[in-house]
Amino acid sequence: MPTFTQIGSAVTVGAGGASSIDFTSIPSTYTDLVVKLSLRDNFASVSVNAGMKINGSSTGLTGRVLFGTGSAANSTTVTDSIGYTVGTSGTASTFASTDIYITNYASTSAYKSYSAESAAESNATTVYMQMLAGLWSSNSAITSLTIYPQNASLFTQYSTAYLYGVSNA
Amino acid sequence: MPNPTRIEVNCTTGEVLEIELADAEVAELAYQAELAADAKAEEDRIAAQRAADKAALLERLGITADEAALLLA
Repeated sequence: MPTFTQIGSAVTVGAGGASSIDFTSIPSTYTDLVVKLSLRDNFASVSVNAGMKINGSSTGLTGRVLFGTGSAANSTTVTDSIGYTVGTSGTASTFASTDIYITNYASTSAYKSYSAESAAESNATTVYMQMLAGLWSSNSAITSLTIYPQNASLFTQYSTAYLYGVSNA
Repeated sequence: MPNPTRIEVNCTTGEVLEIELADAEVAELAYQAELAADAKAEEDRIAAQRAADKAALLERLGITADEAALLLA
C-alpha cells in the first residue's frame, strides 16, 4: 500500500506575492513525487497558466493536454505548463487546484513521465480545467522542482504548495 | 514597500527561505508581464473578431449556429 510523506515544509505565499516556489534538495528515498498546489496570481485574466521547471530548467519538458473551457473541450501540446492559476479577472478569493504526479523521479537511467490535473475555480463562463500527460526527457534524477506563473506575474497571498514523497507506489 | 519574493524550500533541512527579488529582477518581471499582457490583449482581440465574423456570417446565411453545426456534421 502506498504511503505519502510530506517532504520539506508547506509553502504559503505572503502578502507581497511570490515569483516562484522552489523545492530544492529533494531526497531520493521515495518512489514517486506528488505536488499539490492551490494558486492565484496577479495577471489580468480569468485563468492563467502555471509552469514547472525541473532541476532549474524547462528544457526537455513536453506534454499533451485535454482541457475544457466551460463551454467546449479541446486538446493542445504544451512544454512546461502544468495547470492553472486564477487571475485577477476571476472570482475574488478563489484559487486553482492542481495535483502533479511524477513517477520514478530518482531514476538515473530513464525519462520521467508525469501527469497533472488542474481546475481553476471561478464563477464565470470561461473557466478552465485540464488533464495533462507529460514527459521530462532526461535520465537525471529530479532534485528540485520550481513552480512559477507563466505570464511573469506573481502568485498572490494565500497560494499554497505541498510536496509529498510516495513510497511503495 | 518591499519587493516580491521567491520562495525556496530546502527539502532536506525543511528550511524555508523567502528571498526578496532584486530591483533588476523586479524590472525584468514587470517587462515580461507587460509583454504577456500585450499578447493576451491581441489573443482576445482576435477571438472577439472571429466571434463577430462568425455571427455576421450566420446572420447573412439566415441560420443558427446549431444549424451550421448540422451542416458540418
